[in-house]
Formats: sequence, C-alpha cells, structure tokens
Amino acid sequence: MKEYDVIIIGGGPAGLASAISAKDEGKDILLIEREVRLGGILKQCIHDGFGLLRFNEKLSGPEYAEKYIDIFNEKKIKALTLTFVTEIVKEENGFTVSVVNRDGVTNLHTKTVILATGCRERTARQIFIHGTRPSGIFTAGTAQAFVNIYGQKPTKKCIILGSGDIGLIMARRLTLEGAEVKGVYEAKPTPSGLTRNVHQCLNDYNIPLHLSHTVTRVFGNSRLTAVEVSRVDENMAPIKGTEQIIECDALILSVGLIPENELAETLGAKLNERTKGPVCDNLYMTSVDGLFSCGNALHVNDLVDYVSENAAEAGKAAANYIKSERKLLEFSVGENLLYIVPQSIELESDLSAVTVYFRSSGDFNGKKFTIKVNGDTVFEKKYAFLRPPEMEKLVIDMNKFNLNMNSRIEFSII
Amino acid sequence: MEEMVCIECPNGCVLTVENKDGEIIVGNYKCKKGITFAKTELLSPKRTISSIVRTVFPDIPVIPVRVSGDIPKDRIFDVIEEINQIRLDKRVGRGHIIIDNVLGLGVNIIATSSILINT
Repeated sequence: MKEYDVIIIGGGPAGLASAISAKDEGKDILLIEREVRLGGILKQCIHDGFGLLRFNEKLSGPEYAEKYIDIFNEKKIKALTLTFVTEIVKEENGFTVSVVNRDGVTNLHTKTVILATGCRERTARQIFIHGTRPSGIFTAGTAQAFVNIYGQKPTKKCIILGSGDIGLIMARRLTLEGAEVKGVYEAKPTPSGLTRNVHQCLNDYNIPLHLSHTVTRVFGNSRLTAVEVSRVDENMAPIKGTEQIIECDALILSVGLIPENELAETLGAKLNERTKGPVCDNLYMTSVDGLFSCGNALHVNDLVDYVSENAAEAGKAAANYIKSERKLLEFSVGENLLYIVPQSIELESDLSAVTVYFRSSGDFNGKKFTIKVNGDTVFEKKYAFLRPPEMEKLVIDMNKFNLNMNSRIEFSII
Repeated sequence: MEEMVCIECPNGCVLTVENKDGEIIVGNYKCKKGITFAKTELLSPKRTISSIVRTVFPDIPVIPVRVSGDIPKDRIFDVIEEINQIRLDKRVGRGHIIIDNVLGLGVNIIATSSILINT
C-alpha cells in the first residue's frame, strides 16, 4: 500500500494552500480532487475582489486559484484528479483512504488527513417551497456554472431568493448577460451578503432588494412560469394577504452554505452546532487525532484570503503532527458571539500567535471583543461596527494569559 | 451630509460625505482608499467588471476576462457589448490582452485564466 505523510481531500483554495505548506515541511503529500481540474469553486467565480488581503490585488477567482496552482505544480506536489474518496478508516497509526478513479479502486495509507472539502449550497429541498416541481429552480452556484463555465444563459427573467454573496454577484452577472433580475428577496430583515456587494451588485443596476420577504409558492409544469412572494413577520412566517405573483422563468436560490463534512462524520469527528463544521483546536485538528480540517469545510468564510491562510496553517500542523496525549483547553462562547474558530487550544503548542476567527450574533456598533480568563478581562478590542455577515480575524498572543487545564477562558462581545 | 458605502474592500465602510464650500469632506473611513473612492464616486463613478468571451473550442466554450483597470460606471454596458463581439480562436493564457484599449477608455480586456493552454 502506498504510504503518505499527509493526504489532502479537495483541490480548491483550501486544499491547494494546505498542500503547499505541508510540502514546504518536506513531507510526502498527496492531494485528491474529484473534478478534472484543480481550483474548486473559484474556477467559476469570475468576478474580481479576491486576494485583496493576501496579494494586495483585485484578482478574479480563476486568477487567484491559478496563482496557487502554479506554485503547486512548481513544487511537484502529487495530485490525483477525477478521483473520489469512498471511505476513510482510522487505524492505529493513521488512516486508510479508499479512492476510486479510472484505475479502479485503490487503498492508500497516510499518517494524517486534511479535509478541505469546502461547503455546499442549501437547495430548494432544504427550504420547503410549496407548489409544482418545474425546471428553472436552481442555486446561485449552478446558475454561475451555467453562465461562466458553459457559456449558457439559464434565464431571461428571474428572481433571486436569499441575499447571500453569490446571489448578489449573480444578480449583477445575469444582468450583464442581458437577463432581467426582477428582485432579490430576503426573509431576514437585514442582507446576508457583504454591504459592498449590495451596493455594487444591486444598487448599481437598480435591482430592488426586498427584505423580510420570501417565496411562498412556485408555478409551472415543465418550466417555472411564476412565483408567489409574501412578506414575513419577525419569526419569518409569511403574512396572509401580502401575497404577490411575479412572472419569471427562473428562481435562483442563495439561501446559505453548509460546510461539507460527510467524511468527517463517518470518522466520528465532533461537529460544532454553530459553524456546522468540525470542532478544532488552534492547529486545526478535529476531535479525531490526526484528522485536520480547513477552509469552508471548517466554517464558511467570506473571503478566500482567510481560507488560504488557515489552510496553510493546517497544512503545516498536519505535516508536523506527532501522536501524543492532547491537552485541550476549550473556549466558552459568551454573549453576542455567533461563533468562534477554533473552539479550543492545545496547551502544548506554540500559543504566541493564535489566530481567532469570529462572527457577531447581531449588528453592533462600538462594542468590544473581549477575552476573560477566570473572570478577569485579559484582552479587548473595540470595533466601530460588527455584523454577522462580516467575519473578523485576530491574532492573539495567548502565552500572556498563563493558561492551564483548569483555566476558564471565555470570549464575548460586550 | 450624505452616506456612501465604500466598495474598495470587504470592510464596506459607510462613509460620510459632505460638500463644504466646494470642498468634499469624507469621514468614517478606515483607510485612505475611502477618501479617493468617495470623491471619485461623487464626480465620475468608476467600476471594474468581469465577464466571459466565447471561444471556437468545443472543450472550453468560454473563458473568463476582466478589465485591467477602472472604467466609468456609465460605460459598463458598452464594454460588455464589445466583449460579446469577440470569438476567440487562439489558445491564449492568463493576462493575455483580448481587447486593447477598449473603446478608447485606456484599459484592456484581459484573459483571467490559462484554461485554454493548460488542458
């Protein structure tokens, strides 16, 4: 059986960055990708704005991905494309990874595994819309692939449900391709996507954004002919009498992303209720020894720059992994925090620069991100504004906190 | 006083813009890009755009492109129209100029992927 130090599953931005940093540690690496090409979803994200933090450039998705693919190839890192992972089995000294591709079924052995499987879009099935089942209802990502990869126009006149970033980006993209986007409907009272995307994708093109509205029914037999939209109350329940019929040939969904963790679950990795990804420590190791997670499989990031960054850290940690007793100190999540990543720290690791990602649970102005150890405030940072769609990142020296297994460390926004 | 969302970076600062005796005063910015953005946005708003161009190759029917720099916001659809005229018959890579100085706006339309040569 072939033997590796690190096997990385997924060839998107997270997989590429983790492979490169693991390779830099001088280890035997294999990356497994199910598609023909590396690059993941960035291949179809042709809009610009990627890489502002990492390269100080406004790159398109393909450019950002290809910068990493070029480095990946220069370093002669091994990749299997058009290859599916069918099973991962945990063993005494690592994992056996079963893959299937054109060569048949192969078993590979590795000391560590990095899950860089990204996230998936929530679909129509998951949001319970009533009515018939015509064609013309698809996710924003599917619409994006039609337009940007296959050069097909999936709609002439559509509405978009959900105001996630991909939905906003597609509203602009479809408008530029000559389609009429009749409006973006969002059940929540605030937009889900970045403010700048509301501005440059909707306002610039006079596409109306209807907050506190949702689609309550779809019409059409073979193809969608119309949708019914309704206003919703504060519990997001449709209000009777507010129904309105809108003629359109497509309903495009941008209703959320969920980290993809089918493999993590089969290995018994504990998932976090809030992030929907595995719980991890500051080395990005999950609750399963030797199993690492990064990028959007860990938690949905709003910038690819952050994905590359934490994936590179995960790659380095996986490459240098030595089996030992873990000394994990769990973080507690206090008020006004939606979530925090990581959820614990390994006390035996280097704590001089711990990266922490967090989102607030609501819109706040002038509040402080606060860390308390045993009730005493040890760190605080003031933010002019915090909003759930906008993730924040901090690098904190936790050596100063003098932590031990009995410490109680709590994060909150107050 | 007017409010304006800066689109220069993901921070999306809500800028305040004031015209004091012909001088534009910008507030609430986290970096200097905000000041430039607000002034340009008031006088002659500019944007960057991305799209695709069609190719003659059946394996790769379209490749992604973008403008190499800002264009006036009111010329977006004119530039898209130019991009839509192209039928690419050469296998070119990332950074290749597809349209030089599009509509005389001083920016190029460039390929943003090497997918045609790395297949």
